[in-house]
Amino acid sequence: MSAKLEPIIGRYLTLDLGGRPHRLYFEECGTGIPLVCLHTAGADGRQFRHLMLDEEITAKFRIIAFDMPWHGKSLPPEGWHKEEYRLTTAAYTEMVVAFCRALELDRPAVMGCSIGGRIVLNLAIEHATLFRGLIGLESADFQSPWYDTMWLNRPDVHGGEVCAALVSGLIAPQSPDETRHETLWMYKQGGPGVFKGDLYFYRVDGDLRATVGKIDTSVCPLYLLTGEYDFSCTAEDTLRTAGMIKGAEVTIMKEVGHFPMSENPRQFRKYILPVLNKISSC
Amino acid sequence: MFDADRLAARFERLPQLLEADPDLVRRGAFLDARFQVGIGKIPFDIVVAGGRVTSFERGPFVMRTWRFAIRGNTEAWGRWWQPMPEPGWHDLFAMTKRGDIVLEGDLQPLMANLQYLKDLLVLPRDGAAEAKR
Repeated sequence: MSAKLEPIIGRYLTLDLGGRPHRLYFEECGTGIPLVCLHTAGADGRQFRHLMLDEEITAKFRIIAFDMPWHGKSLPPEGWHKEEYRLTTAAYTEMVVAFCRALELDRPAVMGCSIGGRIVLNLAIEHATLFRGLIGLESADFQSPWYDTMWLNRPDVHGGEVCAALVSGLIAPQSPDETRHETLWMYKQGGPGVFKGDLYFYRVDGDLRATVGKIDTSVCPLYLLTGEYDFSCTAEDTLRTAGMIKGAEVTIMKEVGHFPMSENPRQFRKYILPVLNKISSC
Repeated sequence: MFDADRLAARFERLPQLLEADPDLVRRGAFLDARFQVGIGKIPFDIVVAGGRVTSFERGPFVMRTWRFAIRGNTEAWGRWWQPMPEPGWHDLFAMTKRGDIVLEGDLQPLMANLQYLKDLLVLPRDGAAEAKR
């Protein structure tokens, strides 16, 4: 077997979030326009590893993906054991803006999936001038819940197994086995209660239906791409959201579910390349 | 569109299909439960012990007890078992979200063995043996 060193580089960054010091892990690859990628709830930045190894993209973009606090190789803040983790709209927004500032990124593009797709909408509402383009994958201003999150963190149900088993149905049946199970592995590795804490933002705190109409796409273009097999954030949810935002561009992706970049990277690139080309040509 | 008797006949192959899948048996090693599956109006009483089906009966039943139940209309089972199910018909929860399948009873054993049970229930899918998840 031949060994091969990948061009992806991983580093740690310390910064204050919510007035508390945090240690964040991030990976990056490529040069050019900064493209900050936001992973889904209960997962981590590895979801973007295939994108980072796409030389057609990394020739123009510096792709950066950080693990949110509590996720992947980023630690929870000191004192975490005395609190219940709950992500909020304000904390998530601050996190993305602070990360971009800490790395001194010049008007980056941001692409987020699921909860990342939701916060992209809030970045468009509150901080559009900071970004040159915003991409929401599996993104909507709100969507109906489809299970009770109390099953995600309790001693009589294995948290990793149940998180993965729930989201396994969000992957399109056409997605290759290898990338399907790689996507699920990240859910099996999540810390106890972290997926549930992310969903507090998704289901309770992050309802943007009342404010999404304020988005001005003439300040920052907004692209929304949703997989046809995603029954959590459905195509209808994204189309309804886009209907509230003048100038938002929508793509419904065939044979893709809730995790386009990790469940089927080959299929995803057909849809994301034209969007990235638009951003790079602006 | 989908005939309940034909679907039930297909479902009756479940114990043999499971025995042909030792990896799935392994993943269910900690499940011991009696549960019902409803294919339209046809109920099945199933006992799983150590990941194996030890009892499998087609109803109707009179006062049969069970710990949890998974009941769906014929369209739900028929479409879920298609070789390449369409969006919205490809997962248990895509259908519970709409109410085409309902979950009843004590859901703890179901949730603690969720992937096993989801994989068990799609064993009758056309071509499932060839495209095993």
